[in-house]
Amino acid sequence: MIADLTRAERLWAMLILGALGLIGLAMAIGGRNDLLGIHGWIVLAAGLGGFIAVMRGLDAPEPSAERLNEYYDAPTRVGLILTLLWAVVGMGVGFWVAALLAWPDMTFDVPWLSFGRLRPVHTSGVIFGFGGNALIATSFHVLQRTTRARLPDQISPWFVLLGYNLFCIIAASGYLMGLTQSKEYAEPEWYADIWLVVVWVVYFAIYMRTLARRKEPHIYVANWYYMAFILVVAILHIVNNLAVPISLGSAKSYSLFSGVQDAMTQWWYGHNAVAFFLTAGFLGMMYYYLPKRAGRPIFSYRMSIISFWGITFMYMWAGSHHLHYTALPHWVQTLGMAFSVVLLVPSWASAGNALLTLNGAWHKVRDDAVLRFMALAAIFYGITTFEGSFMAIRAVNSLSHYTDWTIGHVHAGALGWVAMITFGSLYSIVPSMFRRERIYSQKLVEVHFWLALSGTVIYVFAMWNSGVIQGLMWRTYTESGGLTYSFIDSLVAMHPYYIARAFGGLLFLLGALTALYNVVMTIRMPAPAADDAALDIPAKPALQAGE
Amino acid sequence: MPFDHDTVVGFSKSFGLFYLVALSVIALVWTYWPSNKKGFDEAAKRPVLEEEDRPWRG
Repeated sequence: MIADLTRAERLWAMLILGALGLIGLAMAIGGRNDLLGIHGWIVLAAGLGGFIAVMRGLDAPEPSAERLNEYYDAPTRVGLILTLLWAVVGMGVGFWVAALLAWPDMTFDVPWLSFGRLRPVHTSGVIFGFGGNALIATSFHVLQRTTRARLPDQISPWFVLLGYNLFCIIAASGYLMGLTQSKEYAEPEWYADIWLVVVWVVYFAIYMRTLARRKEPHIYVANWYYMAFILVVAILHIVNNLAVPISLGSAKSYSLFSGVQDAMTQWWYGHNAVAFFLTAGFLGMMYYYLPKRAGRPIFSYRMSIISFWGITFMYMWAGSHHLHYTALPHWVQTLGMAFSVVLLVPSWASAGNALLTLNGAWHKVRDDAVLRFMALAAIFYGITTFEGSFMAIRAVNSLSHYTDWTIGHVHAGALGWVAMITFGSLYSIVPSMFRRERIYSQKLVEVHFWLALSGTVIYVFAMWNSGVIQGLMWRTYTESGGLTYSFIDSLVAMHPYYIARAFGGLLFLLGALTALYNVVMTIRMPAPAADDAALDIPAKPALQAGE
Repeated sequence: MPFDHDTVVGFSKSFGLFYLVALSVIALVWTYWPSNKKGFDEAAKRPVLEEEDRPWRG
């Protein structure tokens, strides 16, 4: 890591890390009577630790100019490992909170073990920790290959990757201490939000600077999706987190918005986090790794462009479907509903495009679990976007909203689409990224595939059942017009499904652990002997029979 | 023009429609513009090309 940096970059790194340490110190002093102080110490430790590490490597030999003949993949390698570590943390906590819903006594009266504090660790852990690291790692990989240009420098990719993980750690540790601004998927407080903006601007700048140096005239469609992800997430994040802290020494802040404006801003953010974090970015992944693994160009490149503009236009307006039957003006609800339904067109164009690309390569899907992960992701993408459009219709929403159906829908997307495309892409690049001939165990990939699929199916079916039963119980009236079932009646009816859900989640978690083990063992395999020699010299063509 | 609720709603309901239609037309025309086809076809092959895995230097 430090050996890759030029001397000037090492000095820059020390400057940045030193400044970070000082900011941490200021937070620790200013927030000494507040939970902010604890985060100050974490930031100080990160800055100081990094500073010392770079200082120790300051006089190491500079990287040779030869490096410019290679893509810069070290951040991708670290990003892939961080992806799997966060997968285990995020899914592990997810399993735990699922168990808490079935057996609520397991909080043991410890505040930080309560559901309200652990749940955001699960959601942020899987969305930002697992998903975000996967997006950063693969975007650097795809960007370089599709532009045939090396990343612009050696320091900014590390700043983005490590700075982003610092944000994730601040977020997760804050939730455990009870720090939250109570906005779903935007829980971290103001100082963490400001830090993420800095990281994100550098991330977008890397993209722009690499594209400016590209050797391919056309910008491959995967990059458009990745750029939409980076740009729109920045806009969403900044607007939804506009807030005023009660003082610079306090973690607590108040949002700029209140009442229904706050709700609308939050769900404009929340739904577009699904759209641009969990969809656009992962579609970028799909549009590169799926054709590559299948060995076939994307079925219709034009369709991928139309889907791109369709998805980016329409998702922006769909957020208000989260606020059906609320104080939000009726026409805004209808607008959100209409756009959600129309969104099915570009969504299915993408899912169809992926599946049609596989047409003619189904034998590969059958034999290769890695490609099967991606094919299944496309199928789940199709299922989930259909379900989402359907649930956004006001009448359907009156049954589904506030029930477990929503949780089932989210997990069909998160497990079936996001995680499957991530694992498929990850397995497809791990051997080449770590210069190994193959993955350690193809059999374990197969095991992971079936764990992931069965876990997802069990989870989603449990929540579909439970959600519909819940919705129906809440709207069943007696002859005199009272509610037939109390809330606790519906809760008792949910119990078996909650156990099934926790079991499905456990299977999925075991799959992620299998992946981590498989990747670690791949890295530990001996490198192919002729690796270094083969790198620089083109291989001699083998003699053909009869030559 | 006053910046009140009705004005903002009126603007959203009128301009919003034209903006969406205009952007859709631009995206579709650009995608199906005949001379763009060659570039798209080449771009589509990008991930599947078997070439050395290193930046282009020249």
